[in-house]
Amino acid sequence: MVLQPAVEKWSGKIAEVAIGSAGSPGIIKVGGQEALPFLFPEGKIPNAPRVAFEIWDVNPSDWPPELCTAWGESLKDPFTWAGACAKIYQAQALCLRLVGAHPDYGNRSGADVAKLAAGIAQKIGLPMIIIGCGDNEKDNAVLPVVSEALKGRQCLIGCATQDNYKTLTAACLADGHSIIAESPIDINIAKQLNILISDMGLPLERIVIDPTTGALGYGLEYAYSIMERARLAALSGDRTVASPFICFVGHEAWKAKEAKVCPEQGIVWEAMTAAALLQAGADILVMRHPAAIEKVKKHIEKLMNPKEE
Amino acid sequence: MFGDCILGFGYFIAMFIIGELINGMYANIAAAIKDKDKAAIQKCALEQIKSGADALDINCGPASKQPVIDIRWLVEAVREVTDKTLCLDSSKPQVIESGLAAAGSNSIINSTTADPEKLDLLIPLAKRYNAGLIGLTISSKGIPQNRDQRLELAAAIVSACAERDFSTENLYLDPIVMPVNVAQAQMRDILESIREFKIISEPAPMTVVGLSNVSQGTSARGLINRTFLTMAVAFGLDAAILDPLDTDLVDALITAELILNKNIYCDSYLDAYRRK
Repeated sequence: MVLQPAVEKWSGKIAEVAIGSAGSPGIIKVGGQEALPFLFPEGKIPNAPRVAFEIWDVNPSDWPPELCTAWGESLKDPFTWAGACAKIYQAQALCLRLVGAHPDYGNRSGADVAKLAAGIAQKIGLPMIIIGCGDNEKDNAVLPVVSEALKGRQCLIGCATQDNYKTLTAACLADGHSIIAESPIDINIAKQLNILISDMGLPLERIVIDPTTGALGYGLEYAYSIMERARLAALSGDRTVASPFICFVGHEAWKAKEAKVCPEQGIVWEAMTAAALLQAGADILVMRHPAAIEKVKKHIEKLMNPKEE
Repeated sequence: MFGDCILGFGYFIAMFIIGELINGMYANIAAAIKDKDKAAIQKCALEQIKSGADALDINCGPASKQPVIDIRWLVEAVREVTDKTLCLDSSKPQVIESGLAAAGSNSIINSTTADPEKLDLLIPLAKRYNAGLIGLTISSKGIPQNRDQRLELAAAIVSACAERDFSTENLYLDPIVMPVNVAQAQMRDILESIREFKIISEPAPMTVVGLSNVSQGTSARGLINRTFLTMAVAFGLDAAILDPLDTDLVDALITAELILNKNIYCDSYLDAYRRK
């Protein structure tokens, strides 16, 4: 008996979001799938998942030694760090986290961090993801200034939450950026937030969902099932959850105690977390360790080019 | 979550809503056909789509003297403003063909009966135009009186499709909804037929009802319509011909599907559904 592969038909499509500006090194596109992750016989998968290198505006003094060793002195200067990502590791995108703007970690002004963000964008040229400091009030003061400074560069800026999305949405709308909508491992809130943001006039095609991920061993399966549920609904025609996913893999993986117990294990922990999230439907993986990134990039390449049987 | 997977991904597929308002039976549409008022037809089409219709029924109505010409005009008017599926609604095959020719692909024949002479004519027509086909479980012998008769007629339609290599995925079986004040004893049979139709063949045929019939001649039309629809959704109904501008009706439908886990809940779930 010949085994007939079960091929599902889908009516929906994930929105395709573009990040970056024209010219070299150009724009990257994420999303646009018409099938579940890597199930090529079920529909088009026009864009490979992308890895963005996470860099900070300040020296990340609390990072574990393994990460600090990998980056060395460059951690002290965001320009050098960004340059290393681009030149040494051929990064496809950068994710700049503005930790230094936080009232407890330097309280840098909007003008200050905007100058830095625009400077890196100008010097390095890679598509940029910008993440605020996590303090709502400060982010609402800082991110609009950063957004304006990056006008025309088609960045991805976050994170909007259900209780705090209006200021950032207005800024993204005015300056031509896309937005990250963050929900606390909650599909209902993810859907509601997408609706609230699109009600303000930012099209669904400019929203990327951060479903909030746990690291391997720390609730990853909850994030996985939320992402899978959203993808199934999106591919069945629910446009309000048909957004690409961004997952802050490095941020989560390096918090795990297992990532810090012995050399190399952190790299594996970060890479494995990323690999699982790829299967759940992650479109952008924000990662920290260059060796983990290298492994994940190779893995993506394999997944995107399945050998013909 | 695993439960969803076991039941198959089709579990998430929402009701296919066919808007019933472009029908010459209604005075405004009859007048628009008579005066060739294209704008009025297009307005009616777009209003229904905005309210959640996936497809539009097109019927010239009983007063049309030249239905072959009128249906073509109606279809052309609607096609100028939407690519949505059109259901060419007539008991006359030549009227349906005229509508199909104008509608192009993405259309459904509404409808055939289980009579062999109708099936002989309409299944090849559906194939030629790559159209769906609504099959009424009714024959020249009359309206079925119970579940078994409905199933028998449904099986006759399905086997006629199979003989002609017409995929049952494109077949919509209608159990014939009777007015509740005429055939109250049949309501349960009608609902159970919806579930039974789904297991006649593999792939399963679709199921459809002409909803407003259930409340014909009653004093609480809206309430009866939405209660029947809600129950039919629970029995697995795939499609319904209804008035999408009836907000209470569509709200009840959306909520029924929400409770069956066909849509993801959010605080604005009613609004979200209408954006599909």
